[in-house]
Amino acid sequence: MALTIPDVMLARLDPLANWVRANSLWPMPFATACCGIELMATGASKHDIARFGAEVMRFSPRQCDLMIVAGRVVMKMLPVLQRIWTQMPEPKWCISMGACASSGGVFDTYAVVQGVDRFIPVDMYVPGCPPRPEQLIQAIIDLQAKIKQTGTLQGTEFGKRTEHKGPLPMHLN
Amino acid sequence: MAHDTIIAALKAKFAELVTTEFRDNFRVVVAPARLFDVLQSLKDEHGFNMLFELTAADYLKYPKATDRFGVVYGLLNMATGVRIFVKTWLNEPDLTLPSAFPLWKGADWLEREVYDMYGILFDGHPDLRRILMPEAFTSFPLRKDYPLRGRGERHNFAVITRAES
Repeated sequence: MALTIPDVMLARLDPLANWVRANSLWPMPFATACCGIELMATGASKHDIARFGAEVMRFSPRQCDLMIVAGRVVMKMLPVLQRIWTQMPEPKWCISMGACASSGGVFDTYAVVQGVDRFIPVDMYVPGCPPRPEQLIQAIIDLQAKIKQTGTLQGTEFGKRTEHKGPLPMHLN
Repeated sequence: MAHDTIIAALKAKFAELVTTEFRDNFRVVVAPARLFDVLQSLKDEHGFNMLFELTAADYLKYPKATDRFGVVYGLLNMATGVRIFVKTWLNEPDLTLPSAFPLWKGADWLEREVYDMYGILFDGHPDLRRILMPEAFTSFPLRKDYPLRGRGERHNFAVITRAES
């Protein structure tokens, strides 16, 4: 099958940048509990997160653009989480993985934060205790769709977000 | 039985001791004033060279309880494998015990944990700070009059929005 590629292609820059960003998400694994084990399984060969361009786990937040909060966050850990989140460069996204990160889960006690979305912005929630790797991969695919719909080259959509409601799709802006 | 000779020797030395036995657990109940002497005697004369547990319990809502806090020391003789528990009762306002740190260095973090969770002070501890909760925490969360969901400490953080980060 012959593939014909034209010599010149014209595209708007925003969707092009979104397409690049969506397919090279570099995750920051903020793994504090058993969800972290599923996160490792997602990165390993069987489930292979590399198929979706998100295999480059970086342990320095300055090199990441996708924070995956995997596990419960206690009140002593939350300032650390917020600091790591602010250290990540724009554009950046956040997946709240599992019941504990999303809502506190069964740990409704004095020390455990009842959902990280109370304190940092979250783009995608993954249900489950812990979620299967397939669910996390689905979240990444959904996040890619979201990035492709809403992102702008300058990242101006982030500056307008002062509440938890996300930005409008590009064609509605 | 190894326990019988130990307890007999202890009772001969400390007349006011109360000892109980339940399912192979041998327990010695002692007043806070004599606690350190009993622990020292157990270590020096009976070879209990390991403090394998130091913990506390709040008996606030316990049926028929007469005292507020119970502090339990679990001792192990590593040569013979004999274990013994030493328990002492504490009531407010005097929540101070002598530190076991001079006898067993392992008491360091255990006593810090009991202080962190129950507010029991250990006199003579080299560095009695909170070990689990943040330094700025003001309550003692394992006390039974502390609510399970806290007093709002877990939500006392700044909210970061997209526009700010």
